Amino acid sequence: MARFIVRRIGQMLLVLFAVSALTFLIFNVIPGGDPAVRMAGRHPDPGQLARIRAEWGFNDPVYVQYLKTMQKTFTGDLSSYTTNVDVVDELRKRAPRTFALAIGAAIIWMLAATAIGLYTAARAGRFADRSITILALVGISMPVFWVGALMNYYLGFKWGIFPNGGYVPFADDPWEWFYHLIMPWTALSILFIGVYSRVLRSNILDTINEDYVRTARAKGLSERRVMYRHVLRNSLIPIVTLWGLDFGAVLGGGTILTETVFDIQGVGQYAAESIGQLDVPPVLAITLFGSFFIVLLNTVVDILYAAIDPRIRLQ
Amino acid sequence: MPEPLLSVRDLEVSFATDEGVVQAVDGVSFDIGQGEILAVVGESGSGKSVSAMTLMGLTRSPNARFSGSAMYKGEDLISASDERLQDVRGAEIAMIFQDPMSSLNPVQKIGAQIVEQIQAHEALPDAQARERVVELLERVGIPRARERIDSYPFEFSGGMRQRVMIALALSCDPNVLIADEPTTALDVTIQAQILQRIRSLRDETGAAVILVTHDLGVVADIADRVAVMYAGRIVEQGSLDDIFYDPQHPYTWGLLGSITRVDKPRPARLPAIAGLPPSLADRPEGCHFRPRCPHEFAKCTEVPPLEARVEGGQHLDRCWLTVEQKRSDREVLPGEIGLRSKEGAPA
Amino acid sequence: MATEPATEFALEGPSALQGEPRRRGTAGMGPWRLAFRRLRSNRVAVVFGFVFVVLVAVCLAAPLWADHVAHTDPYKNHLTDTVIVDGEKKDVVTPDGIPIGPTWQGEFFLGADGNGRDTMVRLLYGGRNSLLIGVAAALITTFLSIVVGVLAGFFRGFTDTVLSRTMDVIWAFPVVLLGVALGTALTLSGLQIGPVDISGRSKLIPILIIAIVYVPYMARPIRGQVLSLREKEFVEAARAQGAGSLRIMLSEILPNLSSTVIVFFPLMVANAILLEAALGFLGVGVQPPEASWGTMIGDGVKHILSGPHLAIVPGVMLVVTVLALNIFGDGVRDAFDPRAKIHLEH
Repeated sequence: MARFIVRRIGQMLLVLFAVSALTFLIFNVIPGGDPAVRMAGRHPDPGQLARIRAEWGFNDPVYVQYLKTMQKTFTGDLSSYTTNVDVVDELRKRAPRTFALAIGAAIIWMLAATAIGLYTAARAGRFADRSITILALVGISMPVFWVGALMNYYLGFKWGIFPNGGYVPFADDPWEWFYHLIMPWTALSILFIGVYSRVLRSNILDTINEDYVRTARAKGLSERRVMYRHVLRNSLIPIVTLWGLDFGAVLGGGTILTETVFDIQGVGQYAAESIGQLDVPPVLAITLFGSFFIVLLNTVVDILYAAIDPRIRLQ
Repeated sequence: MPEPLLSVRDLEVSFATDEGVVQAVDGVSFDIGQGEILAVVGESGSGKSVSAMTLMGLTRSPNARFSGSAMYKGEDLISASDERLQDVRGAEIAMIFQDPMSSLNPVQKIGAQIVEQIQAHEALPDAQARERVVELLERVGIPRARERIDSYPFEFSGGMRQRVMIALALSCDPNVLIADEPTTALDVTIQAQILQRIRSLRDETGAAVILVTHDLGVVADIADRVAVMYAGRIVEQGSLDDIFYDPQHPYTWGLLGSITRVDKPRPARLPAIAGLPPSLADRPEGCHFRPRCPHEFAKCTEVPPLEARVEGGQHLDRCWLTVEQKRSDREVLPGEIGLRSKEGAPA
Repeated sequence: MATEPATEFALEGPSALQGEPRRRGTAGMGPWRLAFRRLRSNRVAVVFGFVFVVLVAVCLAAPLWADHVAHTDPYKNHLTDTVIVDGEKKDVVTPDGIPIGPTWQGEFFLGADGNGRDTMVRLLYGGRNSLLIGVAAALITTFLSIVVGVLAGFFRGFTDTVLSRTMDVIWAFPVVLLGVALGTALTLSGLQIGPVDISGRSKLIPILIIAIVYVPYMARPIRGQVLSLREKEFVEAARAQGAGSLRIMLSEILPNLSSTVIVFFPLMVANAILLEAALGFLGVGVQPPEASWGTMIGDGVKHILSGPHLAIVPGVMLVVTVLALNIFGDGVRDAFDPRAKIHLEH
């Protein structure tokens, strides 16, 4: 176990290095993206440009620039090219918003999908099951930004049922925080509810024909206990791993569209804005932030999987 | 004969499937008394497993239809409510399944799985339930039971898992133990141990045992009485000696003839009954064995009742031939009984 | 889906019988014919497959509609024009910038956008782009995944390590973030690798980005399959006959991957179309003045207050297309490989 964790941490660091280097490289091959030009303003004179280049180290070789940027990221004085805002501070300010969105949505989609999966499996082949299965596919087929925009327009702007975008910190007003997040949570969850309920449904239908479920019935357990202790629990094992991976993906950048549509001002929206302005430092920091969660959750899921399914051995 | 413990009468089970209604069990009747081992023999699809599982309500589904009765202690199990059956399952009637590899929940410790059954029927604190599980595991011959109680099924061999299944079945001292092909998935040496275990448990607890099997070797080893099933019906029923030394139904002859024997010279070709069992969705009129039977005659288009034709009254069969015809017609090879193949029957 | 018998929840029913009748009529049929037969009998999947074909045909016919019905092209501004609806003269775009809604007649059938362009015409042309990018990206993803998966799974060792770690890195990137970053960078500068020179405005850029981003999702399962295939007896046999690695990969391994590929493909197209829409929404997909459904939704959302139809119409087209592909793909999976566990992100 200890050896497994050490090895995985090593792998994580390698992947994070590769991700950050790749991101840096992507933005350094952009010829039109010379940050000095943009920082100098509208009519830069050559002297000004040269000063900026020297000051920001744009004349150094790419790997030196990369190393310096990385060093600044971890010492916490990484500045944006465009706004002179400290990137790490900005991330710290925005992260809670993204966490609130991702965690809430993850809980909602898991609970909803479990309920729907159970319901459709119990009615497999009947009308309710078939129509819900189609609905789940509709959910998978809708772009989140489209659903979000329409929700925002109709439920928010036109009918005024929910606030029209924005975010209120929990500490300011818990109710408003919750109220503002209902629509973003829902929009973000729809896709996952569609995916998970279908996976769970088919898992349950596979599990219910297992011999050990028949054994459970033969033991004289109540139908409820058979369903929850034996069928549902075993059906959920693969879902839990999926959930961990998706939660990581959502935390690590999967909220970019939802945040933009609902103006949450979290890390995802920061990414969209920074990329649009070719502002490399925040993009780099955000990519690292995102990849960190993706890789971390991957590892957590492996450990979790081994914990809930004793047949799996960590290696 | 004293009042039987379990008395099954005219049990019928049918399922609605894509291919139409499948009559899996078609009028099965038998009695079983305390401490008795009844073997139900037949090939796959003869309805023996379905009959056994129906006694515990394990075949209940929206697509299944039942009729007949199974009286257990003055109560009909076939018409009993689901809730009532829950109390019966595991506590009064317990079952051992065919495949020990897949019959235990792979992600639960074996101890917990047995405790779960005990606590479903008795309000026993965890510690005491665990104590009982340790005793049970020791009783079925699992070494170091106290340590192994917290193992997972995948950490056991097939034979050990089947012992766990037996311990599970015995955990609430059932009066009836149904063993559905308990040894099919196991090695021959393990088979013998498991059978020995079932027999000694019968001796200790006085439980009635219904042993579902297609293996006549197992039957000869352990059974007191035998019921032979074919295409959903019992075609012959009697004591072990009746069935093995004076078989009345041509199908039984065929079954007995197909046993390979190590004490006899090996035949050039393994004897087999010609033809295939009928589809349960589309069976022949009258005697179901008719198309494969070399002794078929006009009367066979009528269903022969299961009744005593041999003197003594305890040996029942479903064949229109007279006892004398049967005794002279069955092919008695030196020391064994067989069935001629039917002329013109499909191989 | 639609072929599931109503008996699925029935526990011990027919399965306990182990009878032969269920197999009647299917014996002696090849797996392909069997799969096609299963697919054909899945009415819902067939209907939605047909819907997709119709959508493709309609989008391909965009020039016909533009020339003969709408009498305009997807780029032409009609800001100051008027159109006659029910005998009444109306501005295409009002002086305060509100575009006309659906007229339900030849010209401006679905109304106009803020620049006075015909929404219906743009929708059809945009559909061509969305579909082209979706299908082309899925084809490239499939090709790359097969190459990566087969090489990694077949040679194992060093090759596998390098390829799998590369996949891990792409996997560790947030999908949309990677797509947007690549899109931004490449749209500005284009792509120059040796003799290859792709302009930043080219549709090849979103195609390539989407194709690359999805490779790990398909290459991983293929690699797993190859790992088990290479241990199979028929591969041993081919090797014993002196077949080289290339021969074995092409004639022994590849044909056995076909059902996986068939199962993945429609779902891959659906996801590629969705990712293109996301990129388009964020402004890094198809570049203006050309349109795709994604960029049209993006524009529509920006101007949703002046007319929600601009967001709804392309969105509905997109959803119907992707839904048709998903349902059809589901049917394909049930028919060819019901055990396949597929999970894609978008």
